[in-house]
Amino acid sequence: MSFVEYNDFIQDGDVAIVYLGHDSLMPVKVQQGAQTQTRFGAIRHSTDLIGQRYGSKVTCSKGGWVQVLHPTPELWTVCLPHRTQILYTTDIATITMMLELKPGSVVCESGTGSGSLSHAILRTIAPTGHLHTVEFHQQRAEKVAEEFKEHRVDHLVTVRNQDVCKDGFGVSGVADAVFLDIPSPWEAVRHAKAALKRHGGRLCSFSPCIEQVQKTCQALADQGFEEISPLEVLLRVHDVRNIYLPLPDFGPDSGPDSCAPTEPDAKQQAPNHASVTLKTTTPPREIPGHTGYLTFATKPRT
Amino acid sequence: MADNGDDDAQYRIKEGDYVVLKRGDIFKALQIQPRKKVIFEKQWFFLDKAVGHLYSTKFEILSGGNLQPKKPKEEESPADAKEAGTDNRHILDDGTSQKLTRDDIETLKEQGLKGQEIVQQLIENSSTFRDKTEYAQEKYIKKKKKKYENTVTILKPSCRSLAMMYHGREPGKICHLRYDTLAQMLTLGNIHAGSKVLVFETCAGLVLGSVMERMGGYGSVIQMYPGGGPVRAGVESFGFPAHFHDTLHDFPICHVNALLAGNLDTAAKDPCADEKQSNTVEGQNQPEAEPRGNPEEQSMETNAGDDTADQEKKEREKLKEAKVQGKRVKLEEKRKKLAAAASLLEGRNADGLIIASRFHPCPVLMVLLKFLSPSRPFVVYSQYKEPLIECYTKLKEQGGTVSLRLADTWLRHYQVLPNRTHPLLLMSGGGGYILSGTTVAADRAKPASSQRADEPAPKRLKVTDTEG
Repeated sequence: MSFVEYNDFIQDGDVAIVYLGHDSLMPVKVQQGAQTQTRFGAIRHSTDLIGQRYGSKVTCSKGGWVQVLHPTPELWTVCLPHRTQILYTTDIATITMMLELKPGSVVCESGTGSGSLSHAILRTIAPTGHLHTVEFHQQRAEKVAEEFKEHRVDHLVTVRNQDVCKDGFGVSGVADAVFLDIPSPWEAVRHAKAALKRHGGRLCSFSPCIEQVQKTCQALADQGFEEISPLEVLLRVHDVRNIYLPLPDFGPDSGPDSCAPTEPDAKQQAPNHASVTLKTTTPPREIPGHTGYLTFATKPRT
Repeated sequence: MADNGDDDAQYRIKEGDYVVLKRGDIFKALQIQPRKKVIFEKQWFFLDKAVGHLYSTKFEILSGGNLQPKKPKEEESPADAKEAGTDNRHILDDGTSQKLTRDDIETLKEQGLKGQEIVQQLIENSSTFRDKTEYAQEKYIKKKKKKYENTVTILKPSCRSLAMMYHGREPGKICHLRYDTLAQMLTLGNIHAGSKVLVFETCAGLVLGSVMERMGGYGSVIQMYPGGGPVRAGVESFGFPAHFHDTLHDFPICHVNALLAGNLDTAAKDPCADEKQSNTVEGQNQPEAEPRGNPEEQSMETNAGDDTADQEKKEREKLKEAKVQGKRVKLEEKRKKLAAAASLLEGRNADGLIIASRFHPCPVLMVLLKFLSPSRPFVVYSQYKEPLIECYTKLKEQGGTVSLRLADTWLRHYQVLPNRTHPLLLMSGGGGYILSGTTVAADRAKPASSQRADEPAPKRLKVTDTEG
């Protein structure tokens, strides 16, 4: 396995994603001789995982079973160990397209945080692109570099432990795109401009508060960025359900004219319990109403 | 690695390039052809005048269809006199505030005055301008600029600009697939270099092109097409380098049942793919074939029948050969292509599946899922939610998938200006729905402990793994 290349079989050293059920996933570092506990019992790596095909069902010691999935940036995003707030797939997808990322793109990112977006960027720019990512928190920078190695994508990424607002990205004139997810992105706009290629490129800044967006837009305009476009994307999940709508009992039917409701036979057979069943979707009780504003801009050729 | 002046060459506009024109939020995709008159946003010009300039240059449209690159620092606001009112209590709408008549403005235009100069004239001749608030003045200028400034930016095509263009101009052609929805599909489908992806779309080739852009010419894309031939107008607009097309295969959906049953006869000619597909192939050939001289054709005849190993030239060779030898060879080629696509599919080990069409997605999904390896993502788009509810229900019944999710996204743009920040007044009503999920090994009834039962399938499939 690698996060940028599919393999069919699970090998020693892989990171596999164990699917425990709806919305419940867990990453597992596959090691000869190791065991992983789940609520369905233990998974013995040597016999249950290594050599098995990704996507197969694995029976745990208590007799329950789980599915073992090939890692992807999207699966990683929903089960990675959080060291910071992370970006989720809906925003990541929008960022990837609006930054025009593709194989070969050179991207600058700060901060690296927990590496949720980083993995998605790496997947998209492989095998010929490169990610320069800057994280000012030393422990986080070290941890994420370790993860890149484990996930076999370290050849595509350089992690720098420095303050992007003071020291920039550590590269200049090489990037096709820059992404900022820091508390004061307006302080990094000039560094972003310097990191982008001379012939231009795209920028995105993620901020939860509109005041941050306001300051960032001002800084972008001052630095000559064009097409400044702040937007927001929200995901709406629809739960598929069978719903039952009971029909009221209007009492004995007198005339043949009275309109029969939808299910005449049901009504006749059991007038007190008649209902209509239909398949529809319901919104979840609570949904995330805001993640952050995404501000996009284009650096023109200088 | 820093780029210097030398590598500007790759950013220069060349004849024959596919480009995207941009003005404000309006996009238009075109090919640069010599002496071709182009009409964009009520302005006409000769696009070939841009040849030799750099991509992303903003041009001013001059009389006679000429294009002149704009200096980056011309953006100054024409209102120098900073005199403004505080409110509109004394501003009356009597329709006489503008002293210039329509004829006057026409005359100014005919004199070849630049857009900015016309805007300046309008301001000077507006009796109420000075009484307007600072914000109203800015709004006035912005509005007039939009009308009279005749600029166009020429961009290299990208998934972003083309998806925005189709959504803005021809949403019906792409089943109302909004660009943020397309973005979700590419990400949820884990589209990346080196994989083998199946695409079934009736979105003018936009989805196919977007998938190809994300794969960067590595791996393979198999377009499953309905009817007589694959629609690829949108793919052309991306202007991919020739080698990208070597990774693109197509297979008629009408042969899928035969393929699955193992009785697809790639040796015989197929009626369904023939009639219309040959039309489209001819349609593509003709404009290219005409200017070609005789000598080339003759030289072709001498080595006709030779199979050039050179992958780069193969596609072009194929086309030439077909022209010389006539329909028979063409059919032969088509048969070969079909066989090649069939062999890619036969392993049933594809890495991803993207469906976005005007057809009912349910039967399409059910049949195409059979070609995926286990533990691979799939994404189905539909303009409507109900057919995806049906897909969801069917998949739940049938098994073989996990992480099913039916969702849509909601997109809101903002105006961010000092003291005037708010969401844009208009937003898109709907960008369609997406059903996504991951395949898993088919669940055969078997005793809980025996993993052995799974063995034959992987072994059989592994034989074909080496292909990709």
